[in-house]
Amino acid sequence: MIPTNYYLILSAILFGLGMIAFVFKRNIITIFMAIELMLNAVNLAFVAFSKAFGKSDGEVFVLFVIVVAAAEAAVGLGIIILTARNRRSLNVERVDLLKL
Amino acid sequence: MNASLAIFFVLAAVAVAAAVSLILQRHPIHSALSLIVVMVALAGLYLLMGAEFVAAVQIIVYGGAVMVLFVFVIMLLNAGEEEHTNFSKLAAYAGIPMAVAVAGLIAAAITRSTLPPAPDPTALTSTKSLSMLLFQDFVYPFELTSFLILVAILGAIVLAQREDN
Amino acid sequence: MHPILDHLWIIPLLPLVGSAINGILGWNWSKTSINAVALGSTGLSFLCAIEAVREFLDYFAQYHQPFTKHFVDWIVAYKDLTIGFDLQIDHLTVVMLLVVTGVGFLIHIYSTGYMAHEEGYFRFFAYMNLFMFFMLILVLAANYVLLFVGWEGVGLCSYLLIGFYYLKHSAAQAGKKAFIVNRIGDFGFMLGMFLLFRTFHSLDFHTVFEAASQPNVAHEGLGQFGVLTVACLLLFMGATGKSAQIPLYVWLPDAMEGPTPVSALIHAATMVTAGVYVVARSHVLFLHSETAMYVVAIVGCATAFFAATIGLVQSDIKKVLAYSTVSQLGYMFLGCGVGAFSAGIFHLMTHAFFKALLFLSAGSVIHAMGGEQDMWQMGGLASKIKVTFWCMLFGTIAIAGFFPFAAFFSKDAILFAAFNSQHDGKALYGVGLFAAILTSFYMFRLVWLTFFGKNRYDEHHVHVHESPKNMTVPLMILAFLSLTGGWFAFPTLFGGKDYFTDFLSPVFGSGEIAGGEALHSLELTLSGAAMVAATLGLVVAWRMYSKDVKRGPETGLHKLLYNKYYVDEIYQAAIVGPLVWISRNILWKAVDEGTIDGAVNGIGYGVREIGDGVRHAQSGNTRSYAVWVLVGAVVVFGIIFWPILHPALFGGVR
Repeated sequence: MIPTNYYLILSAILFGLGMIAFVFKRNIITIFMAIELMLNAVNLAFVAFSKAFGKSDGEVFVLFVIVVAAAEAAVGLGIIILTARNRRSLNVERVDLLKL
Repeated sequence: MNASLAIFFVLAAVAVAAAVSLILQRHPIHSALSLIVVMVALAGLYLLMGAEFVAAVQIIVYGGAVMVLFVFVIMLLNAGEEEHTNFSKLAAYAGIPMAVAVAGLIAAAITRSTLPPAPDPTALTSTKSLSMLLFQDFVYPFELTSFLILVAILGAIVLAQREDN
Repeated sequence: MHPILDHLWIIPLLPLVGSAINGILGWNWSKTSINAVALGSTGLSFLCAIEAVREFLDYFAQYHQPFTKHFVDWIVAYKDLTIGFDLQIDHLTVVMLLVVTGVGFLIHIYSTGYMAHEEGYFRFFAYMNLFMFFMLILVLAANYVLLFVGWEGVGLCSYLLIGFYYLKHSAAQAGKKAFIVNRIGDFGFMLGMFLLFRTFHSLDFHTVFEAASQPNVAHEGLGQFGVLTVACLLLFMGATGKSAQIPLYVWLPDAMEGPTPVSALIHAATMVTAGVYVVARSHVLFLHSETAMYVVAIVGCATAFFAATIGLVQSDIKKVLAYSTVSQLGYMFLGCGVGAFSAGIFHLMTHAFFKALLFLSAGSVIHAMGGEQDMWQMGGLASKIKVTFWCMLFGTIAIAGFFPFAAFFSKDAILFAAFNSQHDGKALYGVGLFAAILTSFYMFRLVWLTFFGKNRYDEHHVHVHESPKNMTVPLMILAFLSLTGGWFAFPTLFGGKDYFTDFLSPVFGSGEIAGGEALHSLELTLSGAAMVAATLGLVVAWRMYSKDVKRGPETGLHKLLYNKYYVDEIYQAAIVGPLVWISRNILWKAVDEGTIDGAVNGIGYGVREIGDGVRHAQSGNTRSYAVWVLVGAVVVFGIIFWPILHPALFGGVR
């Protein structure tokens, strides 16, 4: 029997790693992948809690998260394609027109 | 130390290692492949907990559709290695400390609270019970999600259109 | 039963309506219409006043108390502050009412002639009627606050009328000066009112005077500064402002910039007597305070003398009369100060008659001379403007105090009371008598310079003509009153009673000095002395000015008197100058511009600087935005998980 704590701490670690990647990488697509990593970490936490409490509500929620992540990935990548065509670069630091 | 605990540690180590690799790799395609490894490891963990349906969905949808989409886009845009610009001083200095702080806070909160006991791996979640929940208690969000998918499809189509002159 | 008494407000209301009509609608009306409204309202008010007097005497015969009527609650505040729109009539009010409406009406008639060729005819009458309204409120008021409303209102009208020729710089300045100097006095008046309210918890005359008459109220001797003394001195300070006594008299000579009817009505007959009225009305309070009475008497006597000396050498005919007014007001205060309140009021009444007469006659002379006011440019007018000459002569004989004209009786009553007064009575009498000599002198000097001798003016440029009927008839009526106005006190010569004092005895008590043979013969002696004084002044003036005179150079004492002892210059240097300097340099530059503007502008500047600093956060760089999100996340997590992270502070783990 693996204590719930372990799963949750693993989830926290993965979430932190995703945040670090989000802050440090410069490629837009890589940043997007970091977001997906964070979502996965959260999914792990949901399933762990769902199993711990014995109710399946957490798993249903995981399904919804996956669906939303998929939709978001689709639209987001579409935007990335357009931006990359316009600016001819995938470096997020080059997209800085909205500044004072 | 019994078998399940050992498997847990192995899978956890793989997941963490792949996540670290995602950060450290320079080429985005390598990061994408690392992410796939993370997802597969997580699917293994779901199975270890007894959430078989979720594990399956994770592999099929996440690994099979979303990540494939990512790889397609990377290849379409011919993404190369990252440039090494560093315009934001704030991100350079405060980035890691902040991330560690968030993770640390969450971990501290977890360890100090009393949680329900460990999940029983033999208690498999039947697909039947999941679908009962999905179509009875959660039918409203379910319908909304289908709507959301429709909107996403429309969005993707509009965005990817070529410009007709 | 008493229709006018029950609707006492009609007396002040009529002039107010007249003022409103003329002021708002009269700008393009004919003179006839304006006259009709103005004279009609004032005349009707006069008739109502007469009727009110008759009804009051009726009422008094029945109830033996003053008539007070509460009309409307004006201020009801805090614990016990209730000020109502209350009007009252008692015997003192009767005298004031008849003087104000009667003399006021005559002057209005005169003005129709004098102002006939002036711009802003309707405006003049609107202001005059407004003045009548406020003055009537003042004399009819039954509490100090309503009196103060009238007090301030007449000050306003004085400002408006002095500055009637508003395009003339000196007139505008004079109006301002009058109002501001009055304000200084009003400051004292208000403090006096506050003190009275704090002591008696009411400002109604009836309540205050009743409370002050209680036996337990201390009589404050000379040198003691108790509550009543201070309150009375403060009220007197207001009176010095309004009634032009030392030290606040400086506005009255400048006020001669206004048209002559204004000088007659406001600055001779009615407004300036408001101070005397207040002192007389508050006699119950003053009688408790020997210090206040002494101060009033001293100030009055000093002013009488001081102003008379300045009037000796003035060359402008109206300025002589102005200083004469200040001097005569001093006599009235002297009378009140020695306890002879009814004598003071008696002199107020006779002064209203002869001073109005003198001013209106001077106006007639000015009108005849086509606007010239300098006596050294006149001369030999007696044969040319006979009616004016005789009226002026009547007024001069009256003011000098010759028997049987009005001021003989009233001035005499004051000097007699002064002689018998406790504190320095003989000295007061002496100075007052000397001032009477001076009065006679400068008035007859005026007559001789103006009406006798060679013509000092150019006959070709000045067309001397008598004034029209609407000006001469009021003059003649006033001349008659100047002769007979004092005859109320005629019987005193024969040891009989003084009808005037008798009339006012319900108000002032028969607190006048009781009779007795020795006292009666003293009175006759003093009357004789007064006649001698008047004659002395007449003779000296005759010797100096009846023949052809040249205007001598101004040297030494003459120069000092001509320049009014340089009082205005002293005030300017000592008070006005420093105040203006402080206002300009400290209050304006340092406080207003530096501190207040600086603070407000500084806030704007600071906000701009902060904004300039903070804008760097919006750099457009996604990664730094991501870090800011993390920072926010740390804060939120910290707040949410705080109870778990520090269980010791929150009594145990959840």
